Amino acid sequence: MTESNSNRETKPSVWRSLRNGFFFALAIITIAYAFQVTKVDLEEFRKESRQQSRVRVMRALANPDLFDFDRAETTVNSPVYLPCPGGVEPQIQREASGEAYVESLSCGAAGDVITLNGFNFPPNTDVVILFVPGNDPESTLALAKARVKSDSQGQFTAGVELPKDRESDDVQFLRSYSYKNVGTPRWSKSALNTWDKIIETVFMAFLATLLGTLLSFPLSFFAARNLMKNVRSPLASVALNLLGWPLGIWLGFQAGKFLLGISDSFAENIWMNAAGVGVSLLLIAFGARWSLSRGETDSSTMSRILTQVISIFTAALAIYAVLELGSLGMNLGLSMIESLGSFGFLGNFLFQSGDILRTITPALSALIAGGIVSSGLGRWGQSLSERLPVQTARLVNAALAAATGALLFIGIAQVLNWFYEIGNPLYIFTLPAILGALGGLTLAFLNHPKASLPIGLAVYTVTRTIVNAVRSVEAVIMAIVFVIFVGIGPFAGVMALGLHTIASLVKLYSEQVESISAGPLEAVEATGANRLQTIIYAVIPQIIPPYISYTMYRWDINVRMSTIIGITGGGGIGFLLVQNINLLDYNAASTQMLAIAIVVSLMDYVSSALREKAV
Amino acid sequence: MLEARNITKVYEGGVQALTDVSFTVPKGQFLAVIGLSGSGKSTLLRCINRLIEPTSGQIFWNGQDVTAASPEELRRIRRRIGMVFQSFNLVHRSKVLTNVLAGRLGYTNPAWSLINRFSKTDIEKAHQALARVGIPDKADYRADELSGGQQQRVGIARALMQDPEIILADEPVASLDPVLAHSIMKHLERINKEDGVTVLCSLHFLDLVHKYADRVIALNQGRLVFEGLPGEIDDKKFKEIYGRDAERVG
Ligand SMILES: Nc1ncnc2c1ncn2[C@@H]1O[C@H](COP(=O)(O)OP(=O)(O)OP(=O)(O)O)[C@@H](O)[C@H]1O
Ligand SMILES: [Mg+2]
Repeated sequence: MTESNSNRETKPSVWRSLRNGFFFALAIITIAYAFQVTKVDLEEFRKESRQQSRVRVMRALANPDLFDFDRAETTVNSPVYLPCPGGVEPQIQREASGEAYVESLSCGAAGDVITLNGFNFPPNTDVVILFVPGNDPESTLALAKARVKSDSQGQFTAGVELPKDRESDDVQFLRSYSYKNVGTPRWSKSALNTWDKIIETVFMAFLATLLGTLLSFPLSFFAARNLMKNVRSPLASVALNLLGWPLGIWLGFQAGKFLLGISDSFAENIWMNAAGVGVSLLLIAFGARWSLSRGETDSSTMSRILTQVISIFTAALAIYAVLELGSLGMNLGLSMIESLGSFGFLGNFLFQSGDILRTITPALSALIAGGIVSSGLGRWGQSLSERLPVQTARLVNAALAAATGALLFIGIAQVLNWFYEIGNPLYIFTLPAILGALGGLTLAFLNHPKASLPIGLAVYTVTRTIVNAVRSVEAVIMAIVFVIFVGIGPFAGVMALGLHTIASLVKLYSEQVESISAGPLEAVEATGANRLQTIIYAVIPQIIPPYISYTMYRWDINVRMSTIIGITGGGGIGFLLVQNINLLDYNAASTQMLAIAIVVSLMDYVSSALREKAV
Repeated sequence: MLEARNITKVYEGGVQALTDVSFTVPKGQFLAVIGLSGSGKSTLLRCINRLIEPTSGQIFWNGQDVTAASPEELRRIRRRIGMVFQSFNLVHRSKVLTNVLAGRLGYTNPAWSLINRFSKTDIEKAHQALARVGIPDKADYRADELSGGQQQRVGIARALMQDPEIILADEPVASLDPVLAHSIMKHLERINKEDGVTVLCSLHFLDLVHKYADRVIALNQGRLVFEGLPGEIDDKKFKEIYGRDAERVG
């Protein structure tokens, strides 16, 4: 021990200092280059114009535009001729506003300074002197010329230079204007807008979190190594499973479309909808009861087929019930929007939910059917590979793997073709098919025909890769894409935030699943529970507290994100903020910043309080 | 009858945990498995219901080859093999009743499990099982609110729910004090004697072996080094099982 230590000490110290010097130089160069790239420059900072805009903007930001007042205004228009007609001062009617009046010369040459003496203005207030061109005393178009303060008697004196490019034969005016805020303050327009948008923002975050949580919950199990590493199946099962997906998806989609067609023919009538929902729910209840009650007692082939037929029928009924429920929601919603008045949003919710239900049902039924068919075929493949003698199993494996490989590669080629419009059938059919089949064959001959492949790890890897890829794109960037998909507005923001939430929650959740204690898992598995039951009884109870805590954390992040996602058109308060900054309306922008700060810190507090409760 | 034939287990990474272990257990026997820490007791017990896949060798149970069973068949086999663990392996945040009912999952339709439902008879049975292990009043407690001895009773109740033909007990009393250890062992003995359930139990203390076991097998570095009656373990055998330097304490 000591020997090796002393050995290390005697290492030539020249080398060591050389190495240290090298690293030091490298560090300096890196920092210097960073200065160059990020344009560190105080010259610009010191400029006069910068200083002025700094002061202006900081003051505006410190004055959020929150309240409006009623104004008691004092306006006195003093007629003035520019230049004096015929060189003499014309007689004119002087104007007064209540007590207040202004004395001044009634004409002058361009560039002359005219002195105004005001009397009986409100004491100690700002008076703005404006030049009103044209002969309309009511005109709001005016050039600010001077700003003075009235004294304690309400008098003021101001010198105003007449403009050089406004000569006219008509009478023009010098307006003395002052105001005072009176009465109770009202919320300003931009405060009200900000309120609207901050509500939108919070609900964007809410919906995105809800969507993300619901979807990432099941997905997180596929991304957990400890659950997936024991999932293995023989090649025949894997191949049939993969082949089952497109078949099932096609069948399910056709079924969904067919049922949609039937339900469309009653779509208008609210009573038919209700009846449809009721009758199909009743039938489903019967079907479910019947097939559950059979349990495992009776397993003759006839009764198994019967059970399956009834299950399929029940599933179809379930899809139909969902469709009818969708129509019901839409119809009810429509009538509610009209009759509920200010609670019409409830009707709109029903209508939109119904619409969503009906839109996604074919896709959903396709997915579910895909899952069912593929798992059925997979199980068949499992039993095939158990029953067949080794040589036959090898042949079957080879055929199945080749077919699956070919199909998979053709599928990928089709996707590529959609993007790049290759069009040549040699490249999008023949070659991928040959390559895929060869790949499948290789896999089949490399493995023992009855060996079980670590398919769970494959699923795990694919899920993890996709999730990590999606997570690396910021939600603000995703919003740009969704704005193109669904248009500018909060919906695009919800989609972008939701997608990002799914990706990051799947990662966080699955890490929690990976860190649960394995004992209960083992114990439940040992009772003969299947995988689903093991997850429900051994995994879920262990992950509930961290899941709640992560969901709250994500909701917090989503609120922050949704405040800026509007920058790219994704709705929420960010849109308003950027708009006001671009219009140089910093008082209004300050209102929005204030709102963001309040909401974010509030959310921070609420979420950490709730998180503490959950754990 | 349970028969292990030439069971060998090599873990990933090359640890040879079991080498060519063969033995038979007649129905209704209380078999103790002894051996030093790391000798492969846990591995052996888990190979029987394939919580750990043996690298080679076979397990026969009532004439069926467990090692060749399909996933579906394996589930049916497992639900008749109860298991009790040193660290109890209860789901801490769940109720005691739920933990006990989990023993019934192999018999329950997964669709019911999806909505967390068990049949009335199962719930009734769970209460009876809790009563049988002496804690009928703890059903609605959270599992982690119980003491160690009580938690192990819940573990036994969970195994009872399976209507087991065999119970595999992996050092069921190693984390309990001697008094509690005897009370837990008595429960296992009762189940063995009254219900005729075969029990395979790994144990650390020889006095427990003498008191409860019908027969003993001993492992040393993954090899079967002794098979016989508890009374046959004399000083010479003891040194063979536990190594030259070991001293008898129990
Ligand atoms: N998952 C695993 N991966 C690799 N090696 C393992 C694993 N589990 C156990 N082993 C090794 O296998 C050998 C036998 O372990 P096993 O747990 O079966 O012993 P045991 O007799 O139960 O010991 P103890 O009395 O301490 O519980 C040990 O050397 C151990 O390190
Ligand atoms: Mg052990």
